[in-house]
Amino acid sequence: MSGILDVFKRPDFFELLRQHILLSAAALLIGIAIALPVALAIRNTSLGAALAVNIGNIGRAVPSLAILALCQPFLGFGFDTALVALTALAIPPILINASTGLREVRRDIIDAARGMGHSGSQVLTRIQLPIAAPVIFAGIRTSAVQVVASATLATFIGGGGLGELIVEGTQLNDTTILLAGSFSVAVLAIITEVGFGALEKAMTPKGLKIAQKRGR
Amino acid sequence: MANPSLALLQDLSSIENPKLIEWDWISDNFWEDIVPAIQGHIFLSFVSVALALAISLPTGVLVSRYRKAYPPVTFVTGLLYSIPSLALFGILISIPGITIGPTPVIIALVAYSLLILIRNTVAGLDAVPAETIDAARGMGLTERQILFRVELPLALPVIVAGIRIATVTIIGIATIGAYIAGGGLGKMIFDGINRSFPTMIITGAVLATVLAIVADLSLLGLERYLRPWARKRKT
Repeated sequence: MSGILDVFKRPDFFELLRQHILLSAAALLIGIAIALPVALAIRNTSLGAALAVNIGNIGRAVPSLAILALCQPFLGFGFDTALVALTALAIPPILINASTGLREVRRDIIDAARGMGHSGSQVLTRIQLPIAAPVIFAGIRTSAVQVVASATLATFIGGGGLGELIVEGTQLNDTTILLAGSFSVAVLAIITEVGFGALEKAMTPKGLKIAQKRGR
Repeated sequence: MANPSLALLQDLSSIENPKLIEWDWISDNFWEDIVPAIQGHIFLSFVSVALALAISLPTGVLVSRYRKAYPPVTFVTGLLYSIPSLALFGILISIPGITIGPTPVIIALVAYSLLILIRNTVAGLDAVPAETIDAARGMGLTERQILFRVELPLALPVIVAGIRIATVTIIGIATIGAYIAGGGLGKMIFDGINRSFPTMIITGAVLATVLAIVADLSLLGLERYLRPWARKRKT
């Protein structure tokens, strides 16, 4: 067990951790920056929404290793290639959730807001977005966890990250390095899951929480 | 004018920039390499889903009866589910007695399916209307008969929906299993990366994707077929 702690004290451990987090965070942010505006743009067209959900569903079926590997012949080895692949992985869950979340805001609530004199953009920012927020953040959480997990595979296409420790441990047949890499990746994934779960809760408007407690 | 050094230069550049897809390689290796890789991948995924179902169905039924056990079961299976696959493979092959090969891959794939399958089994059983069960009891069915003739058939579409998600997830993660010698289509991807041979990478990745999408769509079809009441009535 002390051997594993020694791996964490290695100077390159911090660098690999930094790469892993940077890669995941960048992919998630770019993914949000692409998926959210698209979901907003298509929120009022049923064809667009059906298209987004179907493309998103197919995108979710594509194995993460396949996306990373497919980018390699076209973009070469390195951090940037991994970033492109992980961004592609980050988009589908956010797109599906944001699109369905916005569309599932009840029609009568929107009508009531209109009747109170809200403009189109006010309906969006004061009604639709707050009500859809928990669903949107659930999508972001799914996406974040998936990106952090898949960033482990970035090492296979030269993208760095904590996966390198797992590869090093496997190649040297060194259980200590292997376990150090595996545990750190697992802990990072669980922290992401729990952290974004808390964010999801924090982003649920108070009114919705009360409604959930009352059982609607 | 033929310039031999120029020809050599062109040869070298074609080595440096290999074609993305060499169809010759695909036709030459179709029966020896590609088909066995597809079969291996299907085998790995099928065995894992079958084993996971054998564990999840009884667990789901038990947990839906003894409700107190549900939160700890979802906690443990949820924890397993959130461990990235390469890390779980790494932890598994560190255990003495487990060597690289299909075994740790199947163990991991089963572990990943548990959360989805148990959750959907419980959700499916919960959705069976209480009056239906009362009616069955009134007709004199025993508890066992109610479970097998009423509850499970009614819960089946939701369970199949779970099988669908689990299968697609497993087909994807099984590609990574090739790193610890699990075989299947992932082996083509890794071999292609190691040899800098794009044809192998693309073939493996595209076939794994197609396999996942085909499984997804056919299980979706099964799910719809099992839910006849949701189908449009022809009148």
